Amino acid sequence: MSDNGGTGTPRVKTGLAQMLKGGVIMDVTTPEQACMAEEAGACAVMALERIPADIRAAGSVARMAAPEIIRGIQQAVSIPVMAKCRIGHFVEAQILQSLEVDFIDESEVLTPADDAHHIDKTPFAVPFVCGATELGEALRRVSEGAAMVRTKGEAGTGNVVEAVRHMRAIRSGLARLGGLGSEELVAEAKELRAPVDLVRQVAAAGRLPVVNFSAGGVATPADAALMMQLGADGVFVGSGIFKSDEPPARARAMVEAVASWDDPDALARASEGLKGAMPGLDIGPLAEGDLLQTRGW
Amino acid sequence: MRPRVGVLALHGGVAEHEAALAEVGAETRRVRSAADLDHLDGLVIPGGETTTIDRLARRLGLALALRAAVGGGLPTLGTCAGLIALAREVRDGPEPLVGGLDIAVRRNAYGRQRASFEAPVLVPSLGREELPGVFIRAPRVEDVGPAAEVLATCGDEVVAVRQGGVWGTAFHPELTPDRRLHAAFVATVRAGGAAEVERREEGAFRVGA
Repeated sequence: MSDNGGTGTPRVKTGLAQMLKGGVIMDVTTPEQACMAEEAGACAVMALERIPADIRAAGSVARMAAPEIIRGIQQAVSIPVMAKCRIGHFVEAQILQSLEVDFIDESEVLTPADDAHHIDKTPFAVPFVCGATELGEALRRVSEGAAMVRTKGEAGTGNVVEAVRHMRAIRSGLARLGGLGSEELVAEAKELRAPVDLVRQVAAAGRLPVVNFSAGGVATPADAALMMQLGADGVFVGSGIFKSDEPPARARAMVEAVASWDDPDALARASEGLKGAMPGLDIGPLAEGDLLQTRGW
Repeated sequence: MRPRVGVLALHGGVAEHEAALAEVGAETRRVRSAADLDHLDGLVIPGGETTTIDRLARRLGLALALRAAVGGGLPTLGTCAGLIALAREVRDGPEPLVGGLDIAVRRNAYGRQRASFEAPVLVPSLGREELPGVFIRAPRVEDVGPAAEVLATCGDEVVAVRQGGVWGTAFHPELTPDRRLHAAFVATVRAGGAAEVERREEGAFRVGA
């Protein structure tokens, strides 16, 4: 193309997220897993050194995956390859951009590198996705340049309860904005700790300005469809596939469930004949320090 | 009467096409099963991931129905992954989902997301003012056969083609506010009968193998 100047524009960044809608993004650690995810119909893969359930079990500092892991996965599939960097670790993000990953997840699943600041994502040509537990957090990430958000849920647990809580919090935050007058929006922006112009824009539109996926604890086709019916544009499935007893069949079923999210007959068919789901954890007994969702500011 | 245009709704930029079609006066219907293709005046195959759309369409029993509908003369617009689905030949990939559009394409030919770009697109049939072109991990049209005609260019590259009522773009007209391309496609949908004659004159649109 002769005129290739317009790379990394907001429109091409948010546009890729729009093209992922209605799809499942799967965590993978090897080229073989990536191929299996692609064949199952995943719309993207997240290249990781360890899946969240193993990160949780290991308990040590979790960092960006090694370049050779990401490269191997990029060579194996034609779908977009995402990768995670630590919250605030803009040099990991620079390296991921240099590796030409298609999307960077500034993720609470890894150990945060900065306890007060997220990355300024605007200067990057590669788009970012960030986690959020409520509307204010989602809008702060958008104001930093995130092209996509996702509920945090509680990664690596196989328990969907936190993803549900976060999606409902975002929904009710949006509904609340709709009922506020102009001067009330100024006060609400302070409450949300988000820029007032962005709050006004979101109040007028009645929806987030970027695509919102669901993540963190989605383990079954029914979980995935639940998040879609609660308003998610698509889902991330981390440990839910490769910690289950039969990953290829489960991966296909998740893809079918997200495509047919509002059709209970199709969901029943997708759920049938699957071997065991990942065992899962109860969130209640987890100590505050074991929660990943409280990371991020 | 408002023409009824289906949007293949397995995955991808479905809502954006629905909004664009509504703005230019079409009624829309989401297509997720073979039965959803009945009584449509036109069809849009949106952008998204080619393998996702392909695997879902085959598993849901839609692949043959789509080929029959498009091959049977249903005016169809494919954007990005939709263009790939309609192409006669995909040079770096498996058999296209629908096929028949006399072009050869290469997927992700401009590179990974970092190389995705915006650039103006010239569509001579829509006037001298260029359309905004958004190219996201876009396919490249590497060959245009005799049955297809060039609809749009960007620099010296072909970025949209048509073959009778079947249109394909490598870019995403649904992501920008300019509605001229959707309006022109819906005009073709409205002229369904006329398009039929035109297709016979040009040589029949053949369904992929």
